[in-house]
Amino acid sequence: MTATAYKSGSNLEKILSEGRFAVTGECGPPKSTDVTVIEEKAKILKGYVDAVNITDNQTAVVRVCSMASGYTAQQNGLEAIMQMTCRDRNRLAMQADIMGASTLGIKNVLCLTGDHMSFGNHPEARGVHDLDAINLIQMYKDMRDEKKFQCGEEMEIGPAIFIGCAENPFADPFEFRALRLKKKIEAGADFIQTQCIFNVPKFKQWMEEVRALGLHKEIKILAGITPLKGVGGARYMQKFVPGIDVPQDIVDRMAACEKGAPSQAEGKKIAVEMIKEFAEIEGVAGVHIMAIEWEIAVPEIVEAAGLMPRPAVA
Amino acid sequence: MITAERKPFDEIIELVGDKKKILVAGCDTCVAICLTGGEKEAEILASELRIKAGQDGRAVEVEHTAAIRQCEWEYLDMIAEKVEAADVVLSLACGIGIQSMAEKFAPQIVVPAVNTNMLGMPQEHAVWLERCGACGECVIGETAGVCPVVRCSKSLMNGPCGGSHDGLCEVTTPQKEDIECAWALIWERLKAQGREELMYVNRPPKNWSKSSSGGPRKMVREEAKPV
Repeated sequence: MTATAYKSGSNLEKILSEGRFAVTGECGPPKSTDVTVIEEKAKILKGYVDAVNITDNQTAVVRVCSMASGYTAQQNGLEAIMQMTCRDRNRLAMQADIMGASTLGIKNVLCLTGDHMSFGNHPEARGVHDLDAINLIQMYKDMRDEKKFQCGEEMEIGPAIFIGCAENPFADPFEFRALRLKKKIEAGADFIQTQCIFNVPKFKQWMEEVRALGLHKEIKILAGITPLKGVGGARYMQKFVPGIDVPQDIVDRMAACEKGAPSQAEGKKIAVEMIKEFAEIEGVAGVHIMAIEWEIAVPEIVEAAGLMPRPAVA
Repeated sequence: MITAERKPFDEIIELVGDKKKILVAGCDTCVAICLTGGEKEAEILASELRIKAGQDGRAVEVEHTAAIRQCEWEYLDMIAEKVEAADVVLSLACGIGIQSMAEKFAPQIVVPAVNTNMLGMPQEHAVWLERCGACGECVIGETAGVCPVVRCSKSLMNGPCGGSHDGLCEVTTPQKEDIECAWALIWERLKAQGREELMYVNRPPKNWSKSSSGGPRKMVREEAKPV
């Protein structure tokens, strides 16, 4: 395949289009202008993931913006997947930002609705929600492929971006979740990262629906993994985080370990087991490891899962 | 209907300031039905103000009245005399009624005694739920009679998002517990109607220029104008 045949030419796109099992990571920008936070996280993840998600005011808490942090990550040798939420920007800003990101060399974007403002540190903020994530995917695809702004006006050079989206197989109504992924594919999504998976049987059930609709052939699916650090986190997610489904057996496994190193080792072990299991599922093209504020665990997990060395693509 | 909640008493006291002749003006339409701003509530607020003035040792004159609708000029004529005699009018009408009063009786000072909050309906006695965002381009013909603009916390045109669980929205606060997920409801209703294919198609971005984003709106019905 020649370079011009790629939509974006990103490392992630190349790895996925070659049919290699992809590994992406996640990196949350700091709540201050300390650029070393991103630099340090990039150093840890570099070489162990093919690209890294740079979150966009995740959980509606203000942080350094995903475009600047994505640029910093790339300056430090780690390809960025810039997250973009519909919560904080209208269609003008989202088009301006993707063009700006493109001029800075960012080649991947993840289109999200965004957690509601009420969860974050500015609950009095006005939510924008001019577009939803599906509208956003379509808008970016039209900018890239048709060289058209959302209003229909033409541009000379569109942003060369690999367009991602998220989907939560554990949200309700379950019977609509694979159909919603289909809508995102129709809008123009190239890859999808799922919500973090703990309930493996339910994820497999969702993948069955995805395959029944033939969607795995139309989009690259990366299964979401969050390594658990301890039983506290597992219980918290089980009880309080909507859309995350933590089965009791996972909680019990974590509870059976002593706090600290034994617990962390078990968390990483579960993550490795899951990666190996997901790699066997037809239609899973890679994994997305969200080691939230625990980036240091990622190299060991990727290594233990047998995913090293990461492929070098031209 | 338009619903409103009375402002905290301390805020009302501050808005009235040191004015001596106060008229508390209720409105006997929407805000009366939601038990916030009808004649009865105007009378109660007037009493509270008199008691407070008595406690503070201030001599004030507080009267109350109510218009059938504060949002229509002709009903305001009926209370004009009382309004003009006051130093300040404390209106219990919705934001529309308060502005009608302020315009009709300018430069009379008219201040709100309520916070207007939504276009809603009584779900059960003494419980009101938001139902319409007056967005100027109604889509509920395709969403099984459920408004995604105000009943989805993120105004999604293509829901439900990943926060929908057990038919509920991810936004759940002590004040707003058990918000229904509008899109879960739309899905269930469309299925019951045998029209779930309406959820399979991608709805385009909404035209917000027809909402308040397009600037203050004006509606003219030429055919209804007097000849």
